[in-house]
Amino acid sequence: MRRLALAFALVLAAPAAADDTMPPAPYAYRQLADPVKEAKATALMETIRCLVCQSQSIADSDAPIAGDMRSQIRERIQAGEDPEAIRRWLVARYGDYVTYTPRVTSVTWPLFAAPVVLLGLAGLLVRRRFGRAQGDKA
Amino acid sequence: MSGIEKPRAPRWTLWLPLALFGAFVGLVVLGLVHPASHDVPSQMIGKPLPQFNLPAAADDRPGLGNGDFSKGKPRLLNIFASWCIPCGVEAPVLSELARQGAEIDGIAIRDHRADLAGFLARNGNPYTRLGADDVSAVQLAIGSSGVPETFVIDGHGVIRYQHIGDIRPEEVPMMLEKLKEAGE
Repeated sequence: MRRLALAFALVLAAPAAADDTMPPAPYAYRQLADPVKEAKATALMETIRCLVCQSQSIADSDAPIAGDMRSQIRERIQAGEDPEAIRRWLVARYGDYVTYTPRVTSVTWPLFAAPVVLLGLAGLLVRRRFGRAQGDKA
Repeated sequence: MSGIEKPRAPRWTLWLPLALFGAFVGLVVLGLVHPASHDVPSQMIGKPLPQFNLPAAADDRPGLGNGDFSKGKPRLLNIFASWCIPCGVEAPVLSELARQGAEIDGIAIRDHRADLAGFLARNGNPYTRLGADDVSAVQLAIGSSGVPETFVIDGHGVIRYQHIGDIRPEEVPMMLEKLKEAGE
């Protein structure tokens, strides 16, 4: 009975708040009135990485800072700014971390080169295999 | 069956799978011993502060603008919030930094005035100026990704150093050193 009461007390206990209680930024959870601009904003937000949740885009995250980023992106697109300019603005502050569409840099070039190299190797392998098979028949 | 003699692989290739497995285990162990850092460093180091002008976050301190940082002397810019638990841990360290001569300005992120007043009453107020950033606008503009973070800003308003997370007591001399370097 006591255990049950304890378990019940746990259900009632308020979690320690380690997050703010401010209302979200104006456009964190509100879409833009113009569907074309909203589509632009959504497309950008889905490729901007949340700063505190590692593997989510800001479109997916409920973290307050992600909400603030969404609101700022919507407001800037509303004002007519180009989505790629906003991406560049964010990359200038947070580096490649913040974008899910990587640029080619001295660090990221293997990302782009590896598939080409692997495809080339596979092609060589296939040629050797088929080449040998033909050689056997002859 | 076919009677064709297959070319035999050299003997050492027998050990290749084991070696690959060993390398994989090594990689996992390395990841466990030295976990990857999850910090997102600001790319704004070496660049001037962006333009901003924040309203006062507390009754007894003025608000904060980027102009307050180009008056010739390096300052610390502390990004914090009353709802952030490590910020409470950091507060006495900031007071110690202030006691040793550091000039500190603060930006409170998404903070209610009443909560902040309580936080400052509990933990002391080492800040010269206190700006309120309710939508993380300045935080995003300087490339800060969380609370607490502390930036060293030189006397010309240029960001010189970023400390991510709370400043530990043993890091006080290092922070003072960074301030001194920014003043040279």
